[in-house]
Amino acid sequence: MNLKNVFNQLNIISQCRKYRLSLWQCPQFLFLIMGIIIIGSTLLVYLIGADYVEEPELIALISLLVALILFIISVIITHSVENLAEANRMKSEFINIVSHQLRSPLSNLGWTIELLMSGRLGKIEKGQIEYFRILKENLGRMGELVFDLLTVSRLETATLPLKKEEVFLEDLINKLISEFQPFAKASNVEIEFKSQKDLPRVLTDPSQVSLVIENLLDNAIRYIKENGRVKVGLEKRARNLYFEIEDNGVGIPKEDQKYIFQKFFRSENILRYQTQGSGLGLYISKSIIGKLGGKIGFKSREKEGTTFYFTLPI
Amino acid sequence: MKKILFVEDEAALQKTLGEILKQEKYEVIPALDGEVGLRLAKDKKPDLILLDLVLPRVHGIEVLRKLKEDEETKEIPVIVLTNLGEIEDINRAVELGATTYLVKAQYTLEEVVGKIKKALGE
Repeated sequence: MNLKNVFNQLNIISQCRKYRLSLWQCPQFLFLIMGIIIIGSTLLVYLIGADYVEEPELIALISLLVALILFIISVIITHSVENLAEANRMKSEFINIVSHQLRSPLSNLGWTIELLMSGRLGKIEKGQIEYFRILKENLGRMGELVFDLLTVSRLETATLPLKKEEVFLEDLINKLISEFQPFAKASNVEIEFKSQKDLPRVLTDPSQVSLVIENLLDNAIRYIKENGRVKVGLEKRARNLYFEIEDNGVGIPKEDQKYIFQKFFRSENILRYQTQGSGLGLYISKSIIGKLGGKIGFKSREKEGTTFYFTLPI
Repeated sequence: MKKILFVEDEAALQKTLGEILKQEKYEVIPALDGEVGLRLAKDKKPDLILLDLVLPRVHGIEVLRKLKEDEETKEIPVIVLTNLGEIEDINRAVELGATTYLVKAQYTLEEVVGKIKKALGE
């Protein structure tokens, strides 16, 4: 944390503005007031005590009064923290409802386009096919975005339960890579997978680990410009399985690296020529790996490539 | 001609999936809510029921429970076709005796038709 960040943390008014709260509803500000009252009243009790030792009732009365004020402030603080937590819960719930509601019209559209394109309702003209494809492709993108939003909301509301089982990660990776082969081929990218021999199984949630590996594979392939090469590796390191995926893609600019796991963040250099992507994949990956007890990270150089890695405890 | 009861409140889906099933030579009996679905299941004795879960009047899970409790309808295979993809929903439907559980967003029309044929033993 640099000096500017420390200063920002101390600037209570801007902190409160960030939460869109008035000062008297803002926990940070109220804690400051409470601190001032505690210090002030301690000094006051000392001063009065020094002069009026013969009247202990007065000192007791002052202490009671101060305690009462502090109690009221703490009630207000608890209440405003509750409000903040409630707002956060409502936000996640809102995302959940919206994405659920979006799913029905999306699948209706998808099936209608499929039916039209199948020619079952009559042949479609050659010139029209391309436009149907555009419809279908964009619908697919919207579907992915809705899926990502739902996953985020489930992760945040803790309604994505872990279903752990013993998994051979090597088999899982092989399966996912073969699913990505058509996309890799179309993007002119070669995927290579090297795994250490006789790796133990891990007790983990295969569907959630798959989500992570899919995200990393997708990013690696998507952000390569030409002559792509993606190297995937798996090995045992201490008490962890260590997964690594290296690409020779566009890399992540240094100034963007600290934001890369943030929700909806998309790096400047990829936006220039690749508009697709929700900015949620890495955020989802980090939440999942954290929940599974592992670590995720990367090293990257712009124009040279990126290596993402994660660990899972054995 | 085999009869398929399609309990689904979305007119658009009734049209698309209904159309394809007709082309595949099935008789499609549409029902737009759970109550009508239950009545038609008893009256028409379909060979298969396609059941959405979020339905007006009677919820799909309730429809499924009643279908499986009734001697007259409990042998009819039920394919649950819905957009609720939560694990609890899937588990509940399977526990109650659904043959297959399909999340609409994850399947193409042709794949759904394939599942229907399989459930009918074709």
